[in-house]
Amino acid sequence: MAGSSHDAPALGGPIGIVSILIPAALFAWLCTQIGAVTQGPVLWTMDWVPSLGVEIGFLLDGLSLTFALLITGIGTLITLYSSSYLGYQAHYPRFVAYLLAFMVGMLGLVLSDNLLALFVFWEVTTISSYLLIGYLADDPKSRRNALQALLVTGTGGLAFLAGIILIAAAAGTFNISELPDLTQSLLYPGIFVLVVLGAFTKSAQVPFHFWLPNAMAAPTPVSAYLHSATMVKGGVYLLARMNPSMGGTDAWFWTLTVFGGVTAVFASVVALKQTDIKQVLAWTTLMALGTLVLFIGVGTPYAIEGMVVFLVVHAFYKAALFMVAGLIDHGTGTREVDRLRGLAGKMPFTFAAALLAGASMAGLPPLFGFIGKEFLYKGALESPGTLWVAGCAFAASALMFAAAGIVAFRPFTGPRSVPAETAHDGDAAMLAGPLLLAALGLGFGLFPDVTEPLLGAMAGAVLGEPVALDLYLYGGVNTALILSGATFAVGLVLYLLHGSIRRGLQTFGEGADPAWDRLMDGVAAGAKGLANFVQGGRLRVYVFVTFSTLAVMLAATLIRAGTLPDLFELEELRIKHWAVLIFIVAGAGLVAVTNSRMTAVASLGVVGVGVALVFIIFGAPDVAITQLLVEVLQVVLVAVAMLKLPHMKPENVKTVRGKDMILSLSIGAMVTLVALHVMATPLDLRITEYFEANSVPQAFGRNIVNVILVDFRALDTFGEIAVVLIAALGAYGLLRGTRYRGGSPR
Amino acid sequence: MSSTSLIVRAATRVLTGLLLVFSIYMLLRGHNEPGGGFIGGLIGATGFILYAIAHGCRATRQALRVEPQMIAAVGLGVALLAGVIPLLIGDQLFHGLWAFWRYEGGYVPFSTILVFDVGVYLVVLGSVLTIVLALEEEV
Repeated sequence: MAGSSHDAPALGGPIGIVSILIPAALFAWLCTQIGAVTQGPVLWTMDWVPSLGVEIGFLLDGLSLTFALLITGIGTLITLYSSSYLGYQAHYPRFVAYLLAFMVGMLGLVLSDNLLALFVFWEVTTISSYLLIGYLADDPKSRRNALQALLVTGTGGLAFLAGIILIAAAAGTFNISELPDLTQSLLYPGIFVLVVLGAFTKSAQVPFHFWLPNAMAAPTPVSAYLHSATMVKGGVYLLARMNPSMGGTDAWFWTLTVFGGVTAVFASVVALKQTDIKQVLAWTTLMALGTLVLFIGVGTPYAIEGMVVFLVVHAFYKAALFMVAGLIDHGTGTREVDRLRGLAGKMPFTFAAALLAGASMAGLPPLFGFIGKEFLYKGALESPGTLWVAGCAFAASALMFAAAGIVAFRPFTGPRSVPAETAHDGDAAMLAGPLLLAALGLGFGLFPDVTEPLLGAMAGAVLGEPVALDLYLYGGVNTALILSGATFAVGLVLYLLHGSIRRGLQTFGEGADPAWDRLMDGVAAGAKGLANFVQGGRLRVYVFVTFSTLAVMLAATLIRAGTLPDLFELEELRIKHWAVLIFIVAGAGLVAVTNSRMTAVASLGVVGVGVALVFIIFGAPDVAITQLLVEVLQVVLVAVAMLKLPHMKPENVKTVRGKDMILSLSIGAMVTLVALHVMATPLDLRITEYFEANSVPQAFGRNIVNVILVDFRALDTFGEIAVVLIAALGAYGLLRGTRYRGGSPR
Repeated sequence: MSSTSLIVRAATRVLTGLLLVFSIYMLLRGHNEPGGGFIGGLIGATGFILYAIAHGCRATRQALRVEPQMIAAVGLGVALLAGVIPLLIGDQLFHGLWAFWRYEGGYVPFSTILVFDVGVYLVVLGSVLTIVLALEEEV
């Protein structure tokens, strides 16, 4: 990813400047809303489909406003960073378009009050993140990983949509602000599973975690944005948002704490195995997501307060550290931790940002991360299932400490390595973001009071009741503080031993990725097999399936109707009826027994002529003439086509004839029964009478059939003859296409 | 197609003409008696198909003078024209317009309905011939 930014226009040119100003302006506007929101939620609605009473609403409360501020604030810094990091590239405008689309989706996701609108924005983030992750589209790995992210989160999105529909069925509303307590609903188990599935895939909980580290194929600014404050927190947002109406049950507690805890510990262990700085950061992101889910599951006031503070802490340091990773990559051309030592002298500003952000990640005082960790420990200690929750939080925090040392401390210290000799620091646009975010981590740590109103409102929104948040750096010696001390000790040991830990971990396998590839190959092979099975290209099979389905459906319908129609009396048949009947039956019988295709086609023609005679007997000469002509043409057409076919082999005929006969007889029986049913129903003659009365005075014609065709229903007829023409041209194309392809037109 | 018997070849020269005349007769009388553009078109197509069976596709195409798909396309245009004419004078699409030429002892009616039916006739004739001729040439 390293590239020269010297020939890039300042701030990425007009496109870059616009891309920075849009989130900056939104951020500024959102800041003006903080005062109002801390007093209570602001709901802003407008009509969407007024005739159906559907309105679209935007809910601004502590939760959504904090998210929106992170999205626009970090978004501003990321676009600024990208203008230098990617601004010189030819595809930069495309990148900006994807990133802004993603930002709009993310903002809509957190601000929507209507669940359906939320879902639409949810999918916007899924699709735009697919485009962002696959931005380096020349690389097959990049495309594959983007597709993996799309499929995993997209599948979860479908589950979430089903969950939304169940919620609406249970609650009678799509509006989040009007949701009642859903836990008593009969639909709660279904809602729970579907919503949690959507959230877990989006927020990459084990066992859906594997797409997130792979999404590191994206350019670093994308990783910094998607994996710090935004996309992957979409699922966390959803769980936090639904906590008041869905939380508090045993299922909620155990599902979230178990999956969250396992994700947190597992991911922080795997993080130590990685050698690429971005991969370390990706796995620690999983750890953070697991921790957030764990504490939403706990759901006590302290736990939620800790979750809220940790969410903001993580957004700051993770965005900063991803940007630091980009700076290191940019300055040295590598992200391998083993090759990076002693960068501090060459990259002093990057080091400053890394050190502050890393300290926040490690949870060291006096940084904001320390307060976040203290509150998490307080929440864990008062939680039910303390041992599990606190154990997970402790293990993850200690491992996180070590990971922070690996990415934010070790590359900058020690003797200078070879890549460090030629390293250079980034420009102002790239340094502004990490430095500002790292400084905020320190500032909020020293003066946590300034964050209290907004984060208090956020915790209140998650809990569903007002909270008085009181943040402090030092609250006296208590269990949480002792745990913090132990965390640092264990973390330090892990950091010092990380080389041998990594070697030990690397003996394990590749994880879920090979299984995913096998699954995808299996899906592709299955789809191919299915397509070959249902579209095998054998006309007899198609016809057989179509008609046996028809027979079964007719039989089912007739059985459901219950009554058998009265059989008509045979005495009513006169000699001419018998003659036509015998004519038709003889034709059909000949089709069934002949061994010659030509005889069969001709005999079918005989059947058709018999049907035409039926029309004549019952007074429909137009239909009879048409029937007769169509029969003749059909025989000619089929006979011509038959000339190309080989002779029927008698032994082949024998194997299928019985089967075909049974099918034909069943179809015939079903159609007869349906016809008798129709005849038993009294005819509504109003339409016929209308045409009889109006044909001559209005259309000057006595042949009602034709008058309907060319006058009353002329537009329909026009459509039909257009179809006839298109069918003819289609057939012509099929028949002649092969000839023209040879290069010698007729 | 030289294998076709002389009798068939001689008979079709007459039959094709008769069928074409008959098809136009069916087209024109269709408004009051059994018939109409669809039936007329089918009969006309039968005439040409008979000719093709007896004399071959190349001779039939020469007799037609234009490509059959062109006949069908023109027919669709004629039908559309019949529908659009009333629109131009402020009436509804496909509304039938009538004019009567009266003479002593009777009258001859003209209408956009007839124009429309001629369009149907041409579409059916052209479409059927398009398929049949292409199919026969393919074999």
